[in-house]
Amino acid sequence: MTDLIVRFLVGGAIVSVFAMLGDVLRPKSFAGLFSAAPSVALATVTLTIHKEGKPYAAQEAASMLLAAVAFIVYAAAASYVLRRYRCGALLTTIVTMPVWIGISLGLWWITQGRL
Amino acid sequence: MVEFRISALKSTRPSEYLARFLFGGAATVLAGIIAKHYGAALGGLFLAFPAIFPCSATLVESHEKKRKRRIGKDGTRRGRMAASLDAAGAALGAVGLVAFAALLWYLLPRYNAALVIAAATLVWAAVSVALWHLRRKRVFGLRVIQRTGAHARQFSNR
Repeated sequence: MTDLIVRFLVGGAIVSVFAMLGDVLRPKSFAGLFSAAPSVALATVTLTIHKEGKPYAAQEAASMLLAAVAFIVYAAAASYVLRRYRCGALLTTIVTMPVWIGISLGLWWITQGRL
Repeated sequence: MVEFRISALKSTRPSEYLARFLFGGAATVLAGIIAKHYGAALGGLFLAFPAIFPCSATLVESHEKKRKRRIGKDGTRRGRMAASLDAAGAALGAVGLVAFAALLWYLLPRYNAALVIAAATLVWAAVSVALWHLRRKRVFGLRVIQRTGAHARQFSNR
């Protein structure tokens, strides 16, 4: 339980710091870079190395690579939908979220055991 | 040119800060729980979970709408366009995230963990910023700028 609380607090703090960096930077396309900052990874990898060791964290990073590829497609899809259709940002980012989930799981399934 | 406006922090409400903290914390806990139950391979996917992206795109849209409404205009389209630019930036940042993950994967078992994490973070920043500059110079952003026209050019400097 303590581990989960520490994860929650560290994760929340790191994500908030990157989000605030995004807030204070202009132009918006530059600030957007911080929406894809490795915030969850920084919080998780540090704690994982401490608890499970470096090889385990490296294995997680291999899967993270696949999910990051999915993130590129997801963010590009959200940008396109916002530009082309009359959907609000919250609805668009939620509706296009299955793109990230689907591509992440698809790539993970294709590369299972090979990374 | 990139600007740093500390005053922009005032336009974010405490509830919005709290929402981002909760999202970030929950995503990190979720990654840990999934890794524990289903192994590192599946849990690792959540290390690239878009924890901030939906919140930040929504905030960018609502702040832009408010700014426009203060001067008596609707601002709905402007808000959407600003969120679209934020999302385009996130796509470039995600390319940096690929480089970050690749470096961790390759170097973590071989070198000092703190150094590898610091180097990977720097590489994320370098790749993301370099791509943003290339896009800005329209090396591969030409079609986007053309399609959205003058309206988007107006936003690209905000």
